[in-house]
Amino acid sequence: MNRIATLSSCFLLVLSASLWAAGSLDGELEKQSINPTAIIMFLAFVGATLGITYWAARRTKSTKDFYAAGGSISGFQNGLAIAGDYMSAASFLGISGLVFASGFDGLIYSIGFLVGWPIILFLLAERLRNLGKYTFADAVSYRLKPVPIRSLSACGTLAVVLLYLIAQMVGAGKLIQVLFGLEYFIAVIIVGILMIMYVTFGGMLATTWVQIIKAVLLLCGATFMAIMVMVKMDFSFERLFSTAIDIHSKGLDIMSPGGLVSDPVSAISLGMALIFGTAGLPHILMRFFTVPDAKEARKSVFYATGFIGYFYILTFIIGFGAIVYLVNNAQFIDPETGGIIGGNNMAAVHLSQAVGGEMFLGFISAVAFATILAVVSGLTLSGASAISHDLYASVIRKGEAKEGEEVKVSRIATVMLGIVAILLGIIFEKQNVAYMVGLAFAIAASVNFPILFLSMYWQQLTTRGAFVGGSIGLVTAVLCMILGPTIWVDILGNAEAIFPYKHPALFSITAAFIFIVLISKLDKSESAKNEAKAFEDQYVRSQTGLGAEGAVEH
Amino acid sequence: MQHLYKKIYANPEFHELEQKRGKFSWTLASITLVIYFSFILVIAFAPELFAKPIFSDSVITFGIPAGLSVIFLSFILTGIYVYRANKEFDQLSKDIIDQIKGDEV
Repeated sequence: MNRIATLSSCFLLVLSASLWAAGSLDGELEKQSINPTAIIMFLAFVGATLGITYWAARRTKSTKDFYAAGGSISGFQNGLAIAGDYMSAASFLGISGLVFASGFDGLIYSIGFLVGWPIILFLLAERLRNLGKYTFADAVSYRLKPVPIRSLSACGTLAVVLLYLIAQMVGAGKLIQVLFGLEYFIAVIIVGILMIMYVTFGGMLATTWVQIIKAVLLLCGATFMAIMVMVKMDFSFERLFSTAIDIHSKGLDIMSPGGLVSDPVSAISLGMALIFGTAGLPHILMRFFTVPDAKEARKSVFYATGFIGYFYILTFIIGFGAIVYLVNNAQFIDPETGGIIGGNNMAAVHLSQAVGGEMFLGFISAVAFATILAVVSGLTLSGASAISHDLYASVIRKGEAKEGEEVKVSRIATVMLGIVAILLGIIFEKQNVAYMVGLAFAIAASVNFPILFLSMYWQQLTTRGAFVGGSIGLVTAVLCMILGPTIWVDILGNAEAIFPYKHPALFSITAAFIFIVLISKLDKSESAKNEAKAFEDQYVRSQTGLGAEGAVEH
Repeated sequence: MQHLYKKIYANPEFHELEQKRGKFSWTLASITLVIYFSFILVIAFAPELFAKPIFSDSVITFGIPAGLSVIFLSFILTGIYVYRANKEFDQLSKDIIDQIKGDEV
């Protein structure tokens, strides 16, 4: 445990040095003066989570402890942890910022992000829990050949994890720069180091508790903010909305759908990416192995849906509250642009100051930081398990790896992923990363989801079909995204997009399903017959939980 | 375990239960998808429907209760599923397994 002590003192050194350095203003973004509440709150969070990491490290002995917290998390705890994993800073700041900018349209995104959850519950959660062990690839390779299936799943996982990580790291760097007055690269390094510490030492148990604490803090903070908004409006939504309409430049238009979703193809494609992408996010699917059985897995989705839905309703109120309190308020307006300081994504942060003063601003800043830490930790753990459990143990060592060996590889992978995330975070500082989460969802929806879904529901699925079709889904999603308006036009500066739609999911998911089915049907090999035969056993196990991984007593 | 799987798979009551459970989960999944995609398609094809105020003198438009209902319904549907699956289906499934295990002894 000395390593933790050494690392944490290193970390505190970095932090204090950077706080000191923050006195000189030389960054591009405008930095906030240091808010003592924010620093104290943040240090308290770091202290508490490192304490939990220490406690978790002592309990993390077996492979199962490391990957799945020993299967000992309750449905309620897991529901909170899922909410903590899913409610990223992007959804807190981004959606409230979207509501602030265009009103009703913000709600369209929140709803898309939420609706994936019932689908996961009805179709995937319990089967996944009953078939798998640590990663969703366990469930897919139950009857299919592990080497090709795990290689493909690991590619899908790592692509999603890295894209998501870059978006989070860049967001974290910028946010912390503004909130705490830290240099961008120092902020990215702090996030990277903390995340490496949580995951390498505390494994899934520490990651879960970081997510639970963060979810509780975020839900409390957002609730308080929404209540403060409504108190001043005498709890009348009519009054909130009419005040907002009076002062917003778009007037009455903020109450109805605007230009966010224009043509039907884009609308359906975005909807599919959000629903099936959520159902294919590896770090989310992994959370189902932390509960003891299918019963608790179901409960966790119920609680998660409740928390996430409640949270999105709050962001809607917060976004409208921000219109009421920030527009026309000289304190928060950037005189050069006429918009609010730091851009629309800072709406929730400024609102916290407007309704709760410096103290509450500090609290929300620290919560935003905690939010990023919790999300990147979950992502890193999931990426590391794809490397150690899927690639190393199954593909390279062909299932011969010893118990301790796999966890060791996983820890090394965590450190490597952490370093890669820090480097990518620094490289992408000045890049537009907004499309990356969208691309991550598209890949999750076009690779992970189709093979997972068909392996559970379609007896005729073969290894060849899943591998080829899944790869085609991956390539289609990436190509359409690169050739589409977001990257081809906005980033590469070409005049016209080769692929006309912003969201490729409708096409890439369809391509994946068509090729998986077609190639499985054409596959007349002996192994294909055996795989179809093995479906019966898989079916019984997935439905009854007989033979499924149980919980470990601590 | 394999031997037990075979026996359960051959049991007609098990298939009856799975049919019932499958129908239930697919019904709920279809309801969710229909609700969500109708919401999205109204926005894409007929946004003016959501722009109408709920009362003649209100600023609140139909879009807002519609959107909030999608969130509430998602939560309620998950609740219904969990309640029935954890109470009824798990018990039926356990009965079948116990019976098959009992026959073996």
